[in-house]
Amino acid sequence: MILDIYLVLFWLFSAVAVFAALRVITVRNPVHAVLFLVLTFFTCAALWMLLEAEFLAIVLVLVYVGAVMVLFLFVVMMLDINVAPVREGFIQYLPLAATVAVIVVVEMALVVGSKTFRPNQMAAPAPAAAGASNTEELGVLLYTKYLYHFEIAAAILLVAIIAAIALTMRKRPQTKYQNPAQQVQVRKQDRLKIIKMEPEK
Amino acid sequence: MLESTLQLWEWLPVWLQILVKIGIIVLPLMGAVAYLTFAERKIIGFMQVRMGPNRVGPRGWLQPIADALKLMTKEVIVPTNASRFLFLIAPILTLTPALAAWAVIPFADGLVLADVDAALLYVLALTSMGVYGVIIAGWASNSKYAFLGALRSAAQIIAYEIAMGFALVGVLMAGGSLNLGKIVAAQSGGLAGWFMFPLLPLFVVYFISGVAETNRAPFDVAEGESEIVAGFHVEYSGMAFAVFFLAEYANMILIAALTAVLFVGGWQSPFYGSWLDALSTVPVVGWVFDHGIHWFLGKTALFLFCFLWFRATFPRYRYDQIMRLGWKVFLPITIVWLFVEGIAIAAGWQPWLA
Repeated sequence: MILDIYLVLFWLFSAVAVFAALRVITVRNPVHAVLFLVLTFFTCAALWMLLEAEFLAIVLVLVYVGAVMVLFLFVVMMLDINVAPVREGFIQYLPLAATVAVIVVVEMALVVGSKTFRPNQMAAPAPAAAGASNTEELGVLLYTKYLYHFEIAAAILLVAIIAAIALTMRKRPQTKYQNPAQQVQVRKQDRLKIIKMEPEK
Repeated sequence: MLESTLQLWEWLPVWLQILVKIGIIVLPLMGAVAYLTFAERKIIGFMQVRMGPNRVGPRGWLQPIADALKLMTKEVIVPTNASRFLFLIAPILTLTPALAAWAVIPFADGLVLADVDAALLYVLALTSMGVYGVIIAGWASNSKYAFLGALRSAAQIIAYEIAMGFALVGVLMAGGSLNLGKIVAAQSGGLAGWFMFPLLPLFVVYFISGVAETNRAPFDVAEGESEIVAGFHVEYSGMAFAVFFLAEYANMILIAALTAVLFVGGWQSPFYGSWLDALSTVPVVGWVFDHGIHWFLGKTALFLFCFLWFRATFPRYRYDQIMRLGWKVFLPITIVWLFVEGIAIAAGWQPWLA
């Protein structure tokens, strides 16, 4: 019996994900860091695919890789980040950062190490039937059992969108812009004057 | 003979079968890309009352092969201080999604490499990946023109992807599935069944957004020759440039094929249900009137012709007008039409949506 292909894929994707996540915080160039973050998302999507969560995996690629990270990259490329001033406060903030890091590590150790959360405490879920549609099941759950949660989340997102637009919609007197509606309403007689003149000799 | 071939096929391991199938899709696709460049030059040539390429081979038919040979023998120059790895991987990142999306395109009834349920989402996710190649190319080139082209392209693709996504939401509402095969099946019943008619605004928005998404004229500000030389691929030469070129045309074919599948019934014959359908029983030529891959290919070719036609006809959009069209015109149109469609589905209006 050769190695289980799913296991091999799992280890491969996990290794790439962990490596890429580490590079996000260690690489010097911010653009490279963003690209490593993209790689992390992508391998995580592949891992979700292995967990039979096809819909979530594709949405992760669509939303995070396809839209959010493009905007992120867009901003990071335009910023001219000077690394030296960013590192100035390193020693100053080190105690606080180290405390936070230690707390996170301890919490995760507690979760992973505790008896209730150990992997062998939970039986592996049965693989979905061949015809089962992950997308359909998710849709049914979201629009029946979790309808209120879903609608509230949607309302919050809508408010956030409107707030974000409202924050940037201010009058900027120095910017020049045209009104396309006015532009397309231009008529010939507004712009063009035909004059008759005698041909010169 | 046929029996033994089938037996041999069954005997092959699954991964080899899949590889062969991928080859059967990708190799003709590459040929189509090569000859699409030739068709473009010929068609635009005739539109501008000139001959187009006619020197290499009979009537210029070997021109794409000569171009490919020329590009392959040229040197790939990596600019100084360019990020070498990213510079070289960028063209591949643009081409791969354009090819990978073909895995879920149904060519005819049941003739699809991967019959997955979330096919429409998969296609959307992959086409949104293509922009990375452009951005990375522009950034890694270490050139101002390339960088400007990349920024323009990124902003444009994000703007039009949203309108495109909403247009696809309309399609999946009407089709009742994310599976492309089922979407085509939902458009059965001849010409009247096509989503193009009940979803006309979404169809127009989708196709125009597709033109914008592929950075084709009149939306080709990302490469706008008169302003930023060649945009994001200005520093590329030889095969690296050729891969960008291939990706652009592969993306065009993909968008045309998707439009054919989503809005005009894919492999379905337009004569089905009309009196002409009786002709499909005619012995030799009957297959033309029946459903089949030839309808899919014909519809794709028609949309590809539109791509070339647009390029020969329209002047390039100004950048602010592109943004206005995407955000202020297309997005409201799609949202309004989704509401109309929702009401139509809830009320069960027959001529529109069952």
